[in-house]
Amino acid sequence: MENKTADLNNKYETVIGLETHVELSTETKMFCGCKLSFGEKPNTYTCPVCLGHPGSLPVVNKKAIESAVKIALALNCSISEHSIFHRKNYFYPDMPKNYQISQYDLPVGVGGYIDINMGNYVRKVKITRVHVEEDTGKLIHIGSTGRISEADYSIVDFNRAGTPLIEIVTDPDIKSPEEAKQYMITLRNTLLMLNVSDCSMEEGSIRSDANVSVKLTTTDKLGTRTEIKNLNSFKFLQKGLEYEVERQIDVLESGREVLQQTRHYDNKTQTTKVLRQKEEAHDYRYFPDPDLVPMKILPDWINEIKSALPELPGAREKRYKNSLGLSDYDSAFMANDFEISSYFEETLKHHNNAKSVCNWIMGDFSAFINKNQVTLKESKISPENLADLVKMIDRQEINSKIAKSVFEEMYDSGESPQEIILKKGLKQISDTGELEAIINEVILKNPDAVSQYKSGKVKAIGFLVGRIMAKTQGKANPQIVNEIIVKKLS
Amino acid sequence: MDLINLSAHELNGFIKSKEVSVLDIAQDYAQRIESVDEKINAFITFDKNVFFSKAKEIDAYIRSGNEIFDFTGIPVAIKDNICTKGVRTTCASRILSSYISVYDATVIKKLNAQHFLMVGKANMDEFAMGSSNENSSFGAVRNPWNLDYVPGGSSGGPAASVAASEVPCSLGSDTGGSIRQPASLCGVVGMKPTYGRVSRYGLIAFASSLDQIGPFTRDIKDCAALLEAISGYDEFDSTSINTNVPRYKSFLNSDIKGMKVGIPKELMVKEIDLQVKESVENVLKMLEKSGAIVEEISLPSLEYALSVYYIIAPSEASSNLSRYDGVRYGYRNMDARTLREMYKKTRAEGFGPEVKRRIMIGTYCLSAGYYDAYYDKAQKVRTLIINDFKNAFSTYDVLISPTSPTTAFKIGDKVDDPLRMYLSDICTIPVNLAGIPAISLPAGISKTGLPIGVQVIGDLLREDNVLKIASAIESDVKWKIKPQI
Repeated sequence: MENKTADLNNKYETVIGLETHVELSTETKMFCGCKLSFGEKPNTYTCPVCLGHPGSLPVVNKKAIESAVKIALALNCSISEHSIFHRKNYFYPDMPKNYQISQYDLPVGVGGYIDINMGNYVRKVKITRVHVEEDTGKLIHIGSTGRISEADYSIVDFNRAGTPLIEIVTDPDIKSPEEAKQYMITLRNTLLMLNVSDCSMEEGSIRSDANVSVKLTTTDKLGTRTEIKNLNSFKFLQKGLEYEVERQIDVLESGREVLQQTRHYDNKTQTTKVLRQKEEAHDYRYFPDPDLVPMKILPDWINEIKSALPELPGAREKRYKNSLGLSDYDSAFMANDFEISSYFEETLKHHNNAKSVCNWIMGDFSAFINKNQVTLKESKISPENLADLVKMIDRQEINSKIAKSVFEEMYDSGESPQEIILKKGLKQISDTGELEAIINEVILKNPDAVSQYKSGKVKAIGFLVGRIMAKTQGKANPQIVNEIIVKKLS
Repeated sequence: MDLINLSAHELNGFIKSKEVSVLDIAQDYAQRIESVDEKINAFITFDKNVFFSKAKEIDAYIRSGNEIFDFTGIPVAIKDNICTKGVRTTCASRILSSYISVYDATVIKKLNAQHFLMVGKANMDEFAMGSSNENSSFGAVRNPWNLDYVPGGSSGGPAASVAASEVPCSLGSDTGGSIRQPASLCGVVGMKPTYGRVSRYGLIAFASSLDQIGPFTRDIKDCAALLEAISGYDEFDSTSINTNVPRYKSFLNSDIKGMKVGIPKELMVKEIDLQVKESVENVLKMLEKSGAIVEEISLPSLEYALSVYYIIAPSEASSNLSRYDGVRYGYRNMDARTLREMYKKTRAEGFGPEVKRRIMIGTYCLSAGYYDAYYDKAQKVRTLIINDFKNAFSTYDVLISPTSPTTAFKIGDKVDDPLRMYLSDICTIPVNLAGIPAISLPAGISKTGLPIGVQVIGDLLREDNVLKIASAIESDVKWKIKPQI
């Protein structure tokens, strides 16, 4: 069985292209002055424009175009100086005008790429286009199944209608479900760094459809593709694609043909199901929206936006490696997740020991948050507190063993390390007077070890140090203890 | 005083001198509407109580010593495709027969700022599609000069209401001649401004790249004043032009000596009625006598204007009208059991035949495989038409043509022959395609007692030249007779 799978994987190649929709976090909607909302009372964030009332007209939100330009630049696209909006015509009750204002042959950005770090290789994924459009409303189908065809009736909430959306389309450059997942992760982190969207998967602020096909390794001819919808998390994206690739290979192996279809990923069964056949494909009757004038995106404005772009994951990873001296693995780990990277950067602002901070984040901290299934941001430890903890270790105010217990306490209570150390009296004893008294007592009580040391068994000193540490609950500064004992016994 | 036969500026004078109150005016006009509109059918919505209480409100405003503008207390009828908050806006369609807008169109806001007196909502061809006002689900409008004849369309109600002295002025909309053609057929002044001069916000779209709101009045002076009142940049309309509004009234009675007038031979087509031709020729002779230079010119691409229009306008309309689906507002078929059925029945029952015809033509023209041959090609020819006008205006100040090839035709005469009906707009359509301003004003009366109109066309934003020439024509041909209803 194993061998058969491996054989098939050699026989076929997977080809994937992704279309990702990103809801922008602008103040207002794409073509009207309504505020963006999530989870508010239905149909309260609406106006004649986003409800498609007769006589209302759209006006472009310049901030949304700015975000689109930012994204396009971050994805190495060229920006179209002349860009226009088209109408995409189709009837659906969540569409107030029964057409969506979108972009067609003159999108904001074209011809870019993004590098996806796969650990042992880098996949360059070409970006076909970055375009701007408006989101639809939300339908809820009342009935047993929640599907429109079986619903008793449906209700619609237009709060989301008109929210600015960016669509990012890749070339069919992605070669496996894992690469698809890693692409999504990298894209999401890039968008988070740009601060253009909250990229919340749960709220659907970022969602992808995938075009997938398989072809024989021996040919360049692409196979028939299917489009998979509802891939709403990194996990679903990978699982859905894995299922679909396997399904297509099975179809071909049994001598049948893959049909061009739109399929829906069902997380319950972890399978994809037919949504519609090719013949049912829409004719959207695209044409330039006569209510909007062509946009001129001038070079000066593009340069202004370009110069204000934040450091992106790729550049950050290089800097960590070259300037901070982190290893390849550590640099990638610290740079390629927006949350971790932001936390790392913030911590470094308070204490500039990159290697040590990195070790804490990757080591104990990761272990804790994984165990408790929370995120860095949700944990009670602030970057400042973590910086203080590392600082205290670096200044030898506490030893690493105590640091671990302080960290645990910080994790549970959210208190600063200083508070915990003070409260529990964990501060390292470096006062030689105080230590000498304890050392004298230990020397007196352990004559055997003392005589062993004096007779040349250097290791016996470890026993004595251990006794001292136990007596001070680990607070004694081991280096100073060592120095004093050696001096006293010589 | 015979208030109903005064122009807006004359009424304005009496309001300023406090010789009449706005309520006096309202009462006289209401009486006139009640006595003649049963025959004319110019209004879809007219509520006397609302009308009077608004008049009283304006009187109180005046009594408090507030500023009296050109249209303070002046009755104005509003075409029923212009949104008015709280007053139903039907587009003369069953699908919007009980629709009440939640906002005022920008032109209404502008007139409200002058405390104008809205009379009611005027009848029209459904969604402004038609040239005879027979396509109204609220019944045909009749021509005040002869009740067996059409008033023209699509702004038949706004035109007829002015001609029948039901109002001194009104607002219409013009997509292919919908202001100028009915103005011509009803013997009143009607103007389509430069595309973008007047905000379209709140004008229910027929064809977005062609639609423009404009005034109907009894004389050029009122036309200039009403145009001035409604013009100007609007941040809610991306296609509106951001330039200052000139003092249009200041261009009247100018010396036209040396102004160059072009006569496009393509608009003097064979379909033009002999009497119409003669009237236009008389106008040209008069202009020459006043010192204007009149020359025949050629704009070869105008030959294709009608074809281009009947691709672009229906294409845009097919998309603009898709929002009428029964989901959010307007008529909905309540028997449908599925979504598709609801869409189909709602639209089948809600739209009239001409609207459906144009939705189908437009849907076809935009479809995959036909787009390049129709819509895209039409846009290219539209550019040729624009260039022809540009060339002409590099030499000429205005162009002149008949407004309509014929005088008013009988009700029912062309309803079964859409192509013949479409020819009614052959002289007006090129103007919309080029986005330039044009006016229609009375040029004579036919032997059968029906008005004849002449069209004066200007370059982009050159309403001043149009008004100068129109004012000169008016001073020569203005007639005193009124329709007898």
